[in-house]
Amino acid sequence: MKKLINTAESVVEDALNGLAAAHPSLRVRDRVVYRADAPRPGKVALVSGGGSGHEPLHAGFVGHGMLDAACPGDVFTSPVPDQILDATRAVDGGAGVLHVVKNYTGDVLNFEMAAELCAGVEVAKVIVDDDVAVQDSLYTAGRRGTGATVFVEKIAGALAEEGAPLAEVARVAADVDGRSRSFGIALTSCTSPAAGKPTFDLPGDEVELGIGIHGEPGRARVPLVSARELAAIAMEAIHGDLPLRGDLLVMVNGMGSTPLMELYVVFAEVESFVRGKGARVTRSLVGNYVTSLDMQGFSVTVCRLDDDLTRLWDAPVETPGLRWGR
Amino acid sequence: MGGMGELMDRGTGEGMDTAFFLAWFEDAGRLVRLQRDRLTALDAAIGDADHGANLDRGFTEVRQAFAEWPPATPVQALVSAGTTLIRRVGGASGPLYGSAFRQMGKSMDSPVTLAVFAAAFESGVRAVERLGKAAQGDKTMLDALVPASRELTRAVQEEIAAREAFERAARAAEEGSRATIPLRARRGRASYLGERSVGHEDPGAASAAIIMAALAAVAS
Repeated sequence: MKKLINTAESVVEDALNGLAAAHPSLRVRDRVVYRADAPRPGKVALVSGGGSGHEPLHAGFVGHGMLDAACPGDVFTSPVPDQILDATRAVDGGAGVLHVVKNYTGDVLNFEMAAELCAGVEVAKVIVDDDVAVQDSLYTAGRRGTGATVFVEKIAGALAEEGAPLAEVARVAADVDGRSRSFGIALTSCTSPAAGKPTFDLPGDEVELGIGIHGEPGRARVPLVSARELAAIAMEAIHGDLPLRGDLLVMVNGMGSTPLMELYVVFAEVESFVRGKGARVTRSLVGNYVTSLDMQGFSVTVCRLDDDLTRLWDAPVETPGLRWGR
Repeated sequence: MGGMGELMDRGTGEGMDTAFFLAWFEDAGRLVRLQRDRLTALDAAIGDADHGANLDRGFTEVRQAFAEWPPATPVQALVSAGTTLIRRVGGASGPLYGSAFRQMGKSMDSPVTLAVFAAAFESGVRAVERLGKAAQGDKTMLDALVPASRELTRAVQEEIAAREAFERAARAAEEGSRATIPLRARRGRASYLGERSVGHEDPGAASAAIIMAALAAVAS
């Protein structure tokens, strides 16, 4: 294992120190990343969190127009209730707090436990579960939350910034999740600092289809084919679940070690696929937004937009990970 | 009632005492550390390769919590251990094991006879079922915990000594854990793999078997 770390044990702490040092708009206290200007009186606050190793998710999305606080757990491990409780109490500006929770057993349990302890703060939650690679939802822990988390945090964050009440912010957040689907493909596994070796072995000429964001193996392994064919596999899976039509927000996301050049190669194929189905990409993101440490590969996330959602997507945002309009 | 007699001789002479529960957690922590890499390897196969590290950290924190605030009763030991696991471990295993121990503590009467222990243990297992929305056969820690709980209840009905009861429970947990190998996961992170989860032992069931092995070891 070759990594830019001091020790495996201190990697999350050390990274948070760096984040705080690089971004004066953020404050880090007891493993929670806050907007420096929180709490904002009268504004619904957004709190998210999850395992570390997905940077910039979630801490990189704290700031104007997105999250008020993020609770990073250890690498690939959900945060503990104390962090979520601290964050929720600290950012509540009297209008309530929305918990944005990715659908993993650990994340859901820890946010539930924290919400039960948040007496005096009105808490709503949205569960993000956009990964179409997980089938048989009745016989699994349900679909995983992946790329759509960025869309939910951005759009719900913009609505909260406009002064919408908690129920409305929660409703739109759930609507964005319902309109979004993702699919991921890995070219390599990833190495967690504590484990020191790749989570799974993937031969040089094979790819893993339907991966999550924790280095967990996917549903199937197939020989490596062209970017066009891989993009088609991902887009067929999405289209088969939620037909592509109308205006789409599309993210081609790198898993951590994928060259941007390759992500653009994939984006061109995705855009052409979308056109082929008679829909159109009206908003896009290409880059590393929901990563899986040093994994090579990509995920595609598609959201069917309407005019309101497009307006909220375009609204100003100022975070380390997303920044426009301000 | 030879084993029970010995257990009852520990401390108060009226059942399993605080020292017994402290020894259980101490030994569970020791065994988890010894098997940390095996648990992590099992988790790497069908999960995210952090189970060994997380539980090791959790039991280390439990030891520290006991050192800072020495529990005075079995109930305090269980609630303190459970609360510590919930607050410090994260993931799914922290809240699940933590809630199991907390619930076990909250439903524990005094003195702690085998019958009291078995009833409280069952109540802890129910908490895992409720929180995890899972059942035996879903390829989770419940595949070890439910058979162990059943053995404890049976031992009470058959008036078997505690030492023997804990040995049977540990064996049932170990067999239950091995029995997860051919199962397809229906809950937890392994469920995302569908058919590919078949052929691997569930890391949660494996760690539950370790915790039960510690119980048997401490009672012997």
